Amino acid sequence: MTSPATETVPHAVQSDADVVRVRQAVRDLAVSAKLSLVDQTKLVTATSELARNTLVYGGGGEVRAALVERAGRIGIEIVFSDDGPGIPDVDLALTDGWTSGSGMGLGLSGTKRLVDEFEIDTAPGAGTRVRILKWKR
Amino acid sequence: MERVPILRIGDVLLVSIQIDLQDHIALQLQDDLSQRIVDTGAKGVLIDISALEIVDSFVGRMISTTAAVSRVLDAETVVVGMQPAVAITLVELGLTLQGVRTALDVDRGLALLAQRTGGAATLLAQDDDQPGD
Repeated sequence: MTSPATETVPHAVQSDADVVRVRQAVRDLAVSAKLSLVDQTKLVTATSELARNTLVYGGGGEVRAALVERAGRIGIEIVFSDDGPGIPDVDLALTDGWTSGSGMGLGLSGTKRLVDEFEIDTAPGAGTRVRILKWKR
Repeated sequence: MERVPILRIGDVLLVSIQIDLQDHIALQLQDDLSQRIVDTGAKGVLIDISALEIVDSFVGRMISTTAAVSRVLDAETVVVGMQPAVAITLVELGLTLQGVRTALDVDRGLALLAQRTGGAATLLAQDDDQPGD
């Protein structure tokens, strides 16, 4: 696993405005880690997608973002967690082009392509935890 | 409530998104634009997103829906000014903004709309083509 170099306080995600705040916090971290503009954009976009999922499907939750260092590499790790209903079929949710009934979000497959590491831990009734990581190139 | 302003220049409605869009503000813009098209009889909608640092699936869908609704209401939508990093991310995410016309900047967007509308878009585009006149 990673060894967080700087752990930030968790951001509550309970509203649209919180999603914007989380995006901005992640942007600031990505800039401080000197990610390229394209990588910053990919990471912030992935954050936006997942934070919205936390809000809309998870019924709200929290996001933790941190600068990490592993084997001399610098990256940004973000964890999205909620105590919502969970995802019954993760494999289906990760299928390209899959969207849920309400048509929000692209499914998780598109988001996964924007980051270097993507890990999901969920079960019906047990909430959802998604961890993403993007390395500085 | 915070809103994205819509300017009218002749037959064209001009929107320049200068804030980090919250979801409900994006939806409000979509509604406002449809209403303004009907109220003004605008033939073109130009959306400038050069200040947007990201376009995620929500905003992408808002843009696609706006273009589709505009078309039904007899107006053409052109999206201009997308940053290269945003374009790369959008495509990788799997969004291609199908059915949405795009142009590199406002000038080119207006020229595109001028082909369809006879009003301000034409005048503005001609002015731009002949700065010395």
